[in-house]
Amino acid sequence: MTDSTGIAIGNAPAVAVTPSRAPRTGTRRWVVAVGGAVLPLAILVVWQVVTTTGLVPTSQVPSPQMVWEAAVDLAQRGLLGQYIAISTQRVIIGFLIGAALGLALGAVVGLSRFADILLAPTLGAIRAVPSLAWVPLLILWFKIGEESKIILITIGAFFPVYTTVAAALRHVDRQLVEAGRAFGYRGVRLFFTVQLPAVIPSVASGLRLALAQAWLFLVAAELIAASMGLGFLLSDSGNNGRIDRIFLAIILLAVLGKLTDSILALFERWAVRKWA
Amino acid sequence: MVLTQAPVTAHPGHVGQRAFGVEFAGLGRAFAAPRRRGATAAGPVLQDVSLRIEPGEIVAVLGPSGCGKSTLLRIVGGLDRPSTGSVAIDGAPVSEFDPRCAIGFQEPRLLPWRTLEHNVALGLPRGVPRAEGREIVAELVSLVGLANFSQHTPRQISGGMAQRTSLARALARNPGVLLLDEPFGALDALTRLKMQDLLLDVHAAAPTTVLLVTHDVDEALQLADRVILLGRSPDAPGTAGNDIRQVITVPGERPRDRGSAELAELRAQLLGGLGIERHSAH
Ligand SMILES: Nc1ncnc2c1ncn2[C@@H]1O[C@H](COP(=O)(O)OP(=O)(O)O)[C@@H](O)[C@H]1O
Ligand SMILES: [Mg+2]
Repeated sequence: MTDSTGIAIGNAPAVAVTPSRAPRTGTRRWVVAVGGAVLPLAILVVWQVVTTTGLVPTSQVPSPQMVWEAAVDLAQRGLLGQYIAISTQRVIIGFLIGAALGLALGAVVGLSRFADILLAPTLGAIRAVPSLAWVPLLILWFKIGEESKIILITIGAFFPVYTTVAAALRHVDRQLVEAGRAFGYRGVRLFFTVQLPAVIPSVASGLRLALAQAWLFLVAAELIAASMGLGFLLSDSGNNGRIDRIFLAIILLAVLGKLTDSILALFERWAVRKWA
Repeated sequence: MVLTQAPVTAHPGHVGQRAFGVEFAGLGRAFAAPRRRGATAAGPVLQDVSLRIEPGEIVAVLGPSGCGKSTLLRIVGGLDRPSTGSVAIDGAPVSEFDPRCAIGFQEPRLLPWRTLEHNVALGLPRGVPRAEGREIVAELVSLVGLANFSQHTPRQISGGMAQRTSLARALARNPGVLLLDEPFGALDALTRLKMQDLLLDVHAAAPTTVLLVTHDVDEALQLADRVILLGRSPDAPGTAGNDIRQVITVPGERPRDRGSAELAELRAQLLGGLGIERHSAH
């Protein structure tokens, strides 16, 4: 260091950094798609075999054919589309309200120490109430109208969002928040510039959990108090011994749940890539 | 990595913030001891620091690791408060996150989801018109040699590049007092020299007071009007805080001849103050 004038002036080391993402695990897209379809197809084949050979009586497990016919029958009466539509609508409305409330309250509790002290214990206690415990109360208050179901689903969707958002906001890198403040950002501007972007990946995974909860609470609500919807189809078929319809409802719930989850998974992937 | 040699201009149309004086009066800072059983109360980190920095002056702060250099800078920027004594900027007490200052943190602290360009833009003072802000940012990004990387995100660049982005962000604020915490620490030797020149150019073009923490004695002697050395008094009791051990006014106009005998003498003196004795002394 004594003779710093003697530093050779050459080319600075070329730092070739190109904007590229880390390569994915290397599996092709079609491999993923085909791989994921293997097990359902295998199940379908086994199902077909055990029911047509009489290995399992069709009073216990209906054949795929019977389930398909039950679907066609319901569709012809105009009930299949109606049930799917009303259930999906309830899930979406309840999910949207619950997620919005969860975001708002999660943000307040995660950002403000005061709100945390004031609200967190109460919300924690409400969260501890098992979902079905609300049902009699909601029926008493709202009869079997739409409100009772939407509110139950809202409760279900609220908590995953609320907890993930509050926890994520508490753990936003303090150094980044301090840097934001040092450059004059406060309050709402600070929230939208530093804190919110930092928690978007957590928000996305909270939303996925919330959607799963929404379907769960939908069925709980419709099983007990409804005259339409997939949960109603389940309970009604249970009472009438229509095992083919029970299978149909379960399959529809699986497909709808997976489908809506995949949409949010896309959003989550984008969020993680962009904001994490 | 091409460092442009464009002449540095003051921000075009930027409201000219003037340089402010900074005055420390008996400043001290103690942190609460960690609440562990048997832990003794920690002594103060800083104690009785008094210094007057003139507007437009460049002051380098040297001192061993952990002596409170970053703490001192944070207090000037209003990110921390003194336990005793006070700091005033331009005669008025420092406010919380004082808008007259801009700070280049010891860590880059860039927002990982923003491009470098948008990270630099974070430093712009409020009220700068959009188009003008873009111009300022583009100029600063190219001044720190990152024009080709303005659309990259912090994860895609090296530590040295992140540090330069952080420097550009602080400069974007066009502050009256520029606080830099080891801003060139992660840079390779050549880039470091270029960034030092850049700092001097910026300082010459737009008036600002600079408080520069560094661990590099040569850097301090090249850049600063005065160098202050923080440390503990060797014969004080173990609980005493760090105070100003030496204040050295560096002779000569910048750029200074790094080989001059006068600077060599000061370097030896500062290294001695840091506890590194000259080999010939033994
Ligand atoms: N927020 C804090 N709480 C407790 N101790 C701290 C805090 N900030 C700094 N310190 C202590 O103060 C001392 C000086 O820290 P710092 O100013 O970062 O030193 P330097 O920058 O000179 O290396 C260190 O011993 C550190 O542990
Ligand atoms: Mg430090």
